[in-house]
Amino acid sequence: MKKIYFREEYCMACRLCEIACLVAHSKSKKIIKAYKEEFPNLTPRLVIEQNGPLSFAIQCRHCEDAPCIAACVTGAMHRDRKTNAVSHNAEKCVGCWMCIMSCPFGVILRDIKEKKVATKCDLCSDEKILACVNACPNEALICAESIKNKDKKKE
Amino acid sequence: MKTLTFPDFVINRDNEKCIQCEVCVRQCAFDAHTLDKETNKVETDIKKCVGCLRCATMCPTGALCVSEYSQKIRKNCNWNEKQLKELYKQAETGGVLLTGMGTDKDYKIIWDHILLDAAQVTNPSIDPLREPMELRTYLGSKPSKIDFRFDISDLKLKNLQKGILKTKLPPQLKIETPILFSAMSYGAISLNVCRALAQAAEECGIYYNTGEGGLHKDLYKYSKNTIVQVASGRFGVNPDYFEAAAAVEIKIGQGAKPGIGGHLPGEKVTEEISQTRMIPSGTDALSPAPHHDIYSIEDLSQLIYSLKEATEYKKPISVKVAAVHNIAAIASGIVRAGADIVAIDGIRGGTGAAPTRIRDNVGIPIELAIASVDSRLREEGIRNRASIIAAGGFRNSGDVVKAITLGADAVYIGTAALVAMGCHLCQKCYTGKCNWGIATQDPYLVKRLNPDIAARRLINLIKAWSHEIKEIMGGMGINAIESLRGNRLRLRGFDLHDNELKILDIKPAGESL
Amino acid sequence: MGCSIAGIIDESGKRFSGEEIIRSIKKMFLRANGLGGGFAGYGIYPENKDDFCFHVIYNSEKVKEDTENFLRHDFNILKSEPIPTRSIEEIINRPLLWRYFLKVKQEVRKRFYEMTEEDIVMRSVMKINDASAGAFIISSGKNMGIFKGVGYASDIGRFFRLEEYSGYCWIAHDRFPTNTPGWWGGAHPFGLLNFSLVHNGEISSYGINKRYLEEFGYKLTLRTDSEAILYLFDLLLRKHNLPINIVHKILCPPLWSEIEKMTQKEQDLYRTLRIVYSNALINGPSAIIVSDGKIMFGFSDRIKLRPLVAARKGTKFYLASEECAIQEVCSISSGIHFPKAGEPAIGYLNNK
Repeated sequence: MKKIYFREEYCMACRLCEIACLVAHSKSKKIIKAYKEEFPNLTPRLVIEQNGPLSFAIQCRHCEDAPCIAACVTGAMHRDRKTNAVSHNAEKCVGCWMCIMSCPFGVILRDIKEKKVATKCDLCSDEKILACVNACPNEALICAESIKNKDKKKE
Repeated sequence: MKTLTFPDFVINRDNEKCIQCEVCVRQCAFDAHTLDKETNKVETDIKKCVGCLRCATMCPTGALCVSEYSQKIRKNCNWNEKQLKELYKQAETGGVLLTGMGTDKDYKIIWDHILLDAAQVTNPSIDPLREPMELRTYLGSKPSKIDFRFDISDLKLKNLQKGILKTKLPPQLKIETPILFSAMSYGAISLNVCRALAQAAEECGIYYNTGEGGLHKDLYKYSKNTIVQVASGRFGVNPDYFEAAAAVEIKIGQGAKPGIGGHLPGEKVTEEISQTRMIPSGTDALSPAPHHDIYSIEDLSQLIYSLKEATEYKKPISVKVAAVHNIAAIASGIVRAGADIVAIDGIRGGTGAAPTRIRDNVGIPIELAIASVDSRLREEGIRNRASIIAAGGFRNSGDVVKAITLGADAVYIGTAALVAMGCHLCQKCYTGKCNWGIATQDPYLVKRLNPDIAARRLINLIKAWSHEIKEIMGGMGINAIESLRGNRLRLRGFDLHDNELKILDIKPAGESL
Repeated sequence: MGCSIAGIIDESGKRFSGEEIIRSIKKMFLRANGLGGGFAGYGIYPENKDDFCFHVIYNSEKVKEDTENFLRHDFNILKSEPIPTRSIEEIINRPLLWRYFLKVKQEVRKRFYEMTEEDIVMRSVMKINDASAGAFIISSGKNMGIFKGVGYASDIGRFFRLEEYSGYCWIAHDRFPTNTPGWWGGAHPFGLLNFSLVHNGEISSYGINKRYLEEFGYKLTLRTDSEAILYLFDLLLRKHNLPINIVHKILCPPLWSEIEKMTQKEQDLYRTLRIVYSNALINGPSAIIVSDGKIMFGFSDRIKLRPLVAARKGTKFYLASEECAIQEVCSISSGIHFPKAGEPAIGYLNNK
């Protein structure tokens, strides 16, 4: 499956990916409206890690052997049969946050507005373009089947 | 001391649009945008703005607008704002004014007063999309004639194979389009920019020039497309450096600062740069104004031949000089001293750092330099002995075509290449805080330039210009660039003085053949 | 320029009347506008075959006198006579037309020991023509002559009584000038030493060809591209001592993409030719016939923007802009050849 990969050597921590993610998952999908009216009830579904000049944006890796799916008590966290992505069904979620505890990357977050439901990257399920990849001005985020050999170690 | 200077720019923040996302704060290395932690509001200090437009470009809502500072001093044609600001600055610092990039003074750009010809009726124009159109150029010294041995009695000479070609060509640089990337040193620009230039040169079948900062180990793989420079500081010069090059260029001078050396401050000499330049890290990298082993032309000749010996006569040796008043005679001397290529950099040439007064006042325009050098070399019958590369402010393919038609073999582009990669000509290269990740070694800023993207943009630029050159040539009814080179009858001067026309050796517009 | 060109060579060296070439060029009169026509004939002066023959156009008797005095510095004038003409109503405003048979003086040869006889002749021709004092040397070879003027070629031929001459090689041109006004010296063929050249076309590369030739001391006084091509032939064939096939490949080189497909040895040759002689490349539409008395060489530009037809019958070899011009003088049912772009068509004089 296609995944989102990051290349930290080109990430400049501008956080445009974060903004784009947030807007893509807002109700209006309009940046100014989302920020002025829906905020702070919005959470980006990716995390930007930063330490000095080193930075990168990370979101759900859609692990093959996903600990969050194993940890989920209600089956809300599941593997999508069609896309093979790790998916989250908000209807079934009871907000026990075991997924958050088990995620080795720390990319499952609490949803601020409901306080209960965990939220994570859904590969922009209802959109064709991945908002964060599209927003990155430096191609530090790319969407690919697999990353080129030279960048393999950064997977 | 209270500063009397006033800002260059105004940053207008549209609060209706600003979402307080802090992208501008994170993007400005000059701290023009900051976050007030107490109020959690983004603030702007226009005094710090250099006008690079990074914030406005990156702002996701288009809330920022940078414009010229509009509070006007009393209008005065002699003592304008620029003069006043510079005076205040010098009164406050006591220093030489520094700047970056090529001069911004409004000198007449002669390119804009030269018009190209096209074929009509008697001579069909050629459609480059349907017919072959050749831009390939060879740079290097050429013999004035070839020696071809053949049997005189075999007049029909049906088979050319029977003849023997005795002439051995001196080393040549093959370029697929007559454009090369100017010398820009690792140190002045970041390694990522060097990578992008090298990648693009390889893809386009042209050359990039290392500048005087040595060649980073990562770039050795692009050696087929590399011209290395030997400048007065001799940074990074070693046998591998020559081995890894397609040609060697001796840098005597630079259009932006003729007669001036270079100074890379110690804080920019990172570990990597220290290794590449072969100097201790953290020390200033000083290029003396002259080469201290070249005090005259015969010394230059010695260096040229030393380099030829060192490269076993397999690589062309270029000599780069700034276009100064006596350029024709200097170029002639350089050719006679044994150079295979003469690179001439005009007054509008760029730089990473130069004293403002030098940049804005020393040298002559490249247009006149090309014309006078080409004419002089032809008068002396030595034009074949060296190729001419013109440099210094080539803005578009039209300028390139005109330069070649005046007599240059190829052009170097520096500023245009930087702009293609993102440069917005804020002229603050010398601060090392380039927000576009170009003229900087700051690890936060360097990563802003992804070499893959930059290379793609450069390749697009070279391709676009090459297409345009072909289009123009087709219109002139010319299908090989050698028929354009030096073909000054296809140029006309418009709104030029008689003296300029005389030096350019072109006719005024309206005058027929 | 529009123009028509034609050429006939008898490869056995048998001489034939100029009437034939007049008929051939006349057939293509539609390609001309009466502002210039001319002929070059080889083998026409067998009695003086070892002397240089100058055909000169003069504006006045005074110029003629000055020029003759100048010629006497370097040459012994063996014969000096008007070029015979016939008065016909189509040709008016005729200048003074004169011809000389000359030998280079022995002492001059000794004084300029580094120069060949040809170099000395060329220097004088360049000097006289460059002075633009009203004297113009239109041909300067041995056992050959150029006859040209303002008018249709067929009328010029009658005017010069060419049917009374016989030669083994003739080339002709009928002109439709665009770039330069019609005047007697500006008509084709252009000549220097034994070379003569007719050209249908306009050279886009003229500016650089001209500057290149000037580096070698040629003076291009006529402001016409055809003159430049002629001098390129002189430079490459005579001064650089290259065979005609090589010269052709210099003037009209294969594309780089074609060169890349050749064998290594050929690549080396063609690459070197293009690199060294880049200034000599002829760009732009043209069909050219050039002769030096030993060969008659025809070719068109690299993408054949101007027509050229060749044919062979018996010992005769024909070139012309159009097939009709060849059919007019020898009916050929098959064997008409249409040379491809950049491909030469050559007739050789066989007897030595």
